[in-house]
Amino acid sequence: MIPSAFDYVAPSSVDEAVRVLSEAGEDAKVIAGGQSLLPVLRMRLAAPTMVVDLGKIAALRGVREDGDALVIGAMTTHYDVQRDQLVREHAGLLALATDTVADPQVRHRGTFGGSLAHADPAGDLLAPALALDAEMVVRGMDGNRTVPAAEFFTDFFTTALRQGEILVEVRIPKTTGWSAHYEKFNRVAQAWSIVAVAATVRVDGGTIAEARVGLTNMASTPVRATAVEQALVGQPASAETIRAAAAHAAEGTSPPADGNADVAYRQHLAQVLTSRAVATAAGV
Amino acid sequence: MRITVTVDGTKFTDDVEPRQLLVHYLRERLGKVGTVVGCDTSNCGACTVHLDGHSVKACSVLAVQADGCEVTTIEGLARGGQLHPVQQAFHDNHALQCGFCTPGMIMQSIDLLADNPDPDEDAVRHGLEGNLCRCTGYQNIVRAVRDAAARMKGGAGPEAEQVAGAPAKAGGGQ
Amino acid sequence: MTSTIEPEVGKARLRKEDARLITGRTRWTDNLTLPGLQHMAVLRSPMAHARITNIDTSAAREMPGVLAVFTGADLAGEQGSLPCAWPITEDMKAPDAPSIAVDTVNFAGEVVAVVVARTAYEAADALEGIDVDYDDLPVVLDMEAALVEGADLVHADLGTNKSATWIFDSGEAGTGSDVEQAISEAEVVIERTYRQQRLIPAFMEPRAIMVDPTGEQLTMWSATQIPHILRFLLAAQLGVPEHKIRVIAPDVGGGFGGKLQVTPEEFLTFLVARRLGKPVKYTETRSESLQSGHHGRDQIQKLTLSARRDGTVTGLKVELLADMGAYLRLVTPGVPILGAFMFNAIYKFPAYRFVCTNVFTNKVPTDAYRGAGRPEATYAIERLMDELAVEVGMDPMVVREKNWIKHEEFPFTTVCGLTYDSGNYEAATAKAMDLFGYDGLRAEQRERRERGDTVQLGIGISTFTEMCGLAPSRVLGSLSYGAGGWEHAAIRMLPTGKVEVVTGSSAHGQGHETAWSQIVADQLGVPFEDIEVLHGDTQSSHKGMDTYGSRSLTVGAMAVIAATDKVKAKAAKIAAHMMEASEDDVEFTSGTFRVRGTGAEAAGVSIQDVALAVFAAHDLPDGVEPNLDSEATYDPENFSFPHGTHLCAAEVDTETGQVRLRSYVCVDDIGKVVNPLIVEGQVHGGLAQGIAQALFEEAVHDESGTLTTGTLADYLVPSAADLPSFTTDRTETPATSNVLGVKGVGEAGTIASTPAVVNAIVDAVRHLGVSDIQMPCTPMRVWQAIQTGQTDAGGLGDEAGGGLGSIDPSGGAQ
Repeated sequence: MIPSAFDYVAPSSVDEAVRVLSEAGEDAKVIAGGQSLLPVLRMRLAAPTMVVDLGKIAALRGVREDGDALVIGAMTTHYDVQRDQLVREHAGLLALATDTVADPQVRHRGTFGGSLAHADPAGDLLAPALALDAEMVVRGMDGNRTVPAAEFFTDFFTTALRQGEILVEVRIPKTTGWSAHYEKFNRVAQAWSIVAVAATVRVDGGTIAEARVGLTNMASTPVRATAVEQALVGQPASAETIRAAAAHAAEGTSPPADGNADVAYRQHLAQVLTSRAVATAAGV
Repeated sequence: MRITVTVDGTKFTDDVEPRQLLVHYLRERLGKVGTVVGCDTSNCGACTVHLDGHSVKACSVLAVQADGCEVTTIEGLARGGQLHPVQQAFHDNHALQCGFCTPGMIMQSIDLLADNPDPDEDAVRHGLEGNLCRCTGYQNIVRAVRDAAARMKGGAGPEAEQVAGAPAKAGGGQ
Repeated sequence: MTSTIEPEVGKARLRKEDARLITGRTRWTDNLTLPGLQHMAVLRSPMAHARITNIDTSAAREMPGVLAVFTGADLAGEQGSLPCAWPITEDMKAPDAPSIAVDTVNFAGEVVAVVVARTAYEAADALEGIDVDYDDLPVVLDMEAALVEGADLVHADLGTNKSATWIFDSGEAGTGSDVEQAISEAEVVIERTYRQQRLIPAFMEPRAIMVDPTGEQLTMWSATQIPHILRFLLAAQLGVPEHKIRVIAPDVGGGFGGKLQVTPEEFLTFLVARRLGKPVKYTETRSESLQSGHHGRDQIQKLTLSARRDGTVTGLKVELLADMGAYLRLVTPGVPILGAFMFNAIYKFPAYRFVCTNVFTNKVPTDAYRGAGRPEATYAIERLMDELAVEVGMDPMVVREKNWIKHEEFPFTTVCGLTYDSGNYEAATAKAMDLFGYDGLRAEQRERRERGDTVQLGIGISTFTEMCGLAPSRVLGSLSYGAGGWEHAAIRMLPTGKVEVVTGSSAHGQGHETAWSQIVADQLGVPFEDIEVLHGDTQSSHKGMDTYGSRSLTVGAMAVIAATDKVKAKAAKIAAHMMEASEDDVEFTSGTFRVRGTGAEAAGVSIQDVALAVFAAHDLPDGVEPNLDSEATYDPENFSFPHGTHLCAAEVDTETGQVRLRSYVCVDDIGKVVNPLIVEGQVHGGLAQGIAQALFEEAVHDESGTLTTGTLADYLVPSAADLPSFTTDRTETPATSNVLGVKGVGEAGTIASTPAVVNAIVDAVRHLGVSDIQMPCTPMRVWQAIQTGQTDAGGLGDEAGGGLGSIDPSGGAQ
């Protein structure tokens, strides 16, 4: 299949990209890794008149430390995130979730920022970003603004990004020394998650001192399982307490129904997978 | 739009439509029909090539995005009349039947071995999860990749260099 | 002097075909081009059933690079009807099958217009310039509802949605007794309804066609399994003189029955190229392939098995509904009939009745898919044998053994009247049980049950047979099939002693070039490397019935051998003359003619020497033509009946319903083996497809008749990460129906594996009240079955899951 014709610009700086995007208006589309966009263009489900490629902006790539936070450039590929020592050390949950994204070829091209801005609720990086309290640094004509993950994802494929804005980097508070697990459930390896659970915990002397749990594909946006988190904190890291806490996993979710899973099954899966994710993270 | 791409060691400069997919550029403009198209949604992996040393699905990259890059296809693997060890292993282990998925499967296998020179069966299976084959049930493909790994062990001179392929720029596809 | 001492047949020869395939030096149809080549794109109906009220192509015609746009109205006068070669009954209802819809569309995906343009990109663009107005017609999707009095009709002019009813009754045929009596007198009656979901062949190479109308012969290149049949039917259906058509199947990337078809796109590319007088190419996209290439399976099976309390079967009644889709394609109506003779399988049923009703719906037409009719039958009987075992409280293998044909009872004539020539179910089963570790796994199963483990273990058995090697022409005739089942071959002896083998079999991944070389090397005593196999071009291999139904070795290779026999007979005369001996005194061993009794060391005349002598033709016996080349056409006497025992151990996560295949062992008996490497590959691939039916694949239409599994993101073809490693082995009971003792292997793995997997899953959770789970056994269906103890969990999914739903229709962002 063949995309409709479009104009193509590959700006060399963020400022230029923002300017081009603002001038081009609503029919312009940003391409990052293009791993979601290109199939959509090929199927002609979208036909932008202009595609703005962020691929030539070197400043958007890479991972650095900034005090208590990790800063990941929006154009850092999944492959680089997976392998980055800082990410593995200070945001282990993200590294594990990134390992499960699509397949190796897609991970070579696809980018962290692109996945977040695409905002597919079945995508594997949204729930970890939410669970880790990531902040999205967004650049528009009026300069930078920062949007917390909890406010960034607003609906299916919809974010707080405004017309002409670009996600430039993601700040993730370090969870150094925490352990993590991403429990993904799907029917074949390269399929999207039917449900997945992102869990990271800090266990201190056998007690769960802190816990973060995010759910993939349980609503039109990623969902933070706060009831589970609250039920875990201060409890001994045991199979029983984790199972009891995970029973809250479906609270407040509104999952989609499709041929792979109806609502009841997804809610059931959320509980089972949360229990497993937390238990694995906690080493139980 | 004018692009310059080095494909299988030869530099090409061409005017292309921005919408042209890399795989169509390779096939239609350069005649590199060894790389094939098997689907519309980047699921099958038949079009896998290396872009700056990393495997990508050439149906999900625009030709203009490859401007300034190096591309290696199945047609650029054999050197001096000698097959790449992964090609040889596919033959020796009967890892292909109709052969349509084979170019992509071989290109991804080489990438897999570059990252993990001694993969166990599970690692091979997961490393190939983005490539579909309808003929072989994968068993002989897995066997071939592990056989190739054994052959290439210990930095075995020119064969190992072939695996490294083009210089591996970090990030590959940007 | 060249001689081959060690026989080639039986050797694990590496394939000749590989050299081009592993280097990208391939000739897929889409790789080919011609000077002035134009590109065709196809506009397809999004509606499953509608009247076309208007098509406006004016904008498309004005678009850059567009040569022509054609609608059904433009081509109605010359398109004829797509062929159906298998009118299974005299009163079968068969609608006209246009390649391009003229006034009505009957499934979503049917062609409504075509564009021809300079480039594929321009052709694709121009599709958006075509405006079609439709008036909705009622959509018929459900087979049972379609047969109710007063139901909406797919083809109003036929007056019914029933195409045909085909019956076999052993009482009436005199091959067995009356099944109703058996059921009424039975101590045990098992009644079940199983669903064979709709599947898609999903060969990896999308179909492509190129037509060059500029030569004396119109040449069509097509990614087809059946170049010879295609040529005949282009001539027969389009009224083109047959000698003015040449069909070439170049490298073809898999078929699995999916390319056993004469397609709308082949006819349209042909018509359009002829009309324009220019070469035209059409390559389908994967989405088009999934939504318009024929589908497979799709049956509802109502089954009644009667037995005695001791586990002895006494009768089997099969009532099928088979979904034809909207049209009857090449062998659509006959696919379920190919299963009619296989429900009794390896068991000694005294009474049998089979009734199949073929039904039209507004869906993609169905047709052959790997196994075609036989997987459905095998699934039904192997599931039923497990149910019987439970009912009578016996081990499922013991029940099978009690009922199967003992090895000393061959040849055995079944309740269907087929004669199984050979088999040894005991030997294959013993080997499989040993490799599998059956008793140990049963012990672990008990232990997990007692422990109440969240992961339960199940064991599935499938002791299958199938009929393949299609087919004796007289049998096909008795089944009203429109052609014979012979195959043709020729041998060309080149002056330098090299050999060209011409075969009517048309390989698309099987490895015929290698296997035929091995066979001919043995027959003629020439080196494997000195043989070239020519196929898939009606100019070089002018005659053939092509490749499907596991027929190439058991039919096609027999023609090859018959042709080599003729070569040897011709050569013997000349060799005798060269040695100044009597022909009666000449013997042929390992490529050399010698005077009988002179021993292997004696000088002789090699077949290559004879070939050169024939080329010179200076000194031939009187009345002998200077030609060793020979051809032969072989018609098999019987089908071949491969069999085997497949054992599957499945772990079911009872908390999620996820199934993991822990081990899979199969021991197949396909008689003598030409190339064990190729055989093993065929089994592996077959297993993958059969397992995929059990676990992953299903073509789903929504209530409007739209295929919701229209991409490979939704139609779940498993990857390497989704399948286990298989343990395969063989026993060898030679077929007695051919000189090599071979049976077919192409479909065996697919036919056998599906019930083994489902039996294992059901076995794992049977103690939780589950006696059936509908295929594919998705995690949700398995989990729901466990929750409810339902026998038919899951229902028919009406939505595809997760895949393209996850591609943002608004185009995504970064």
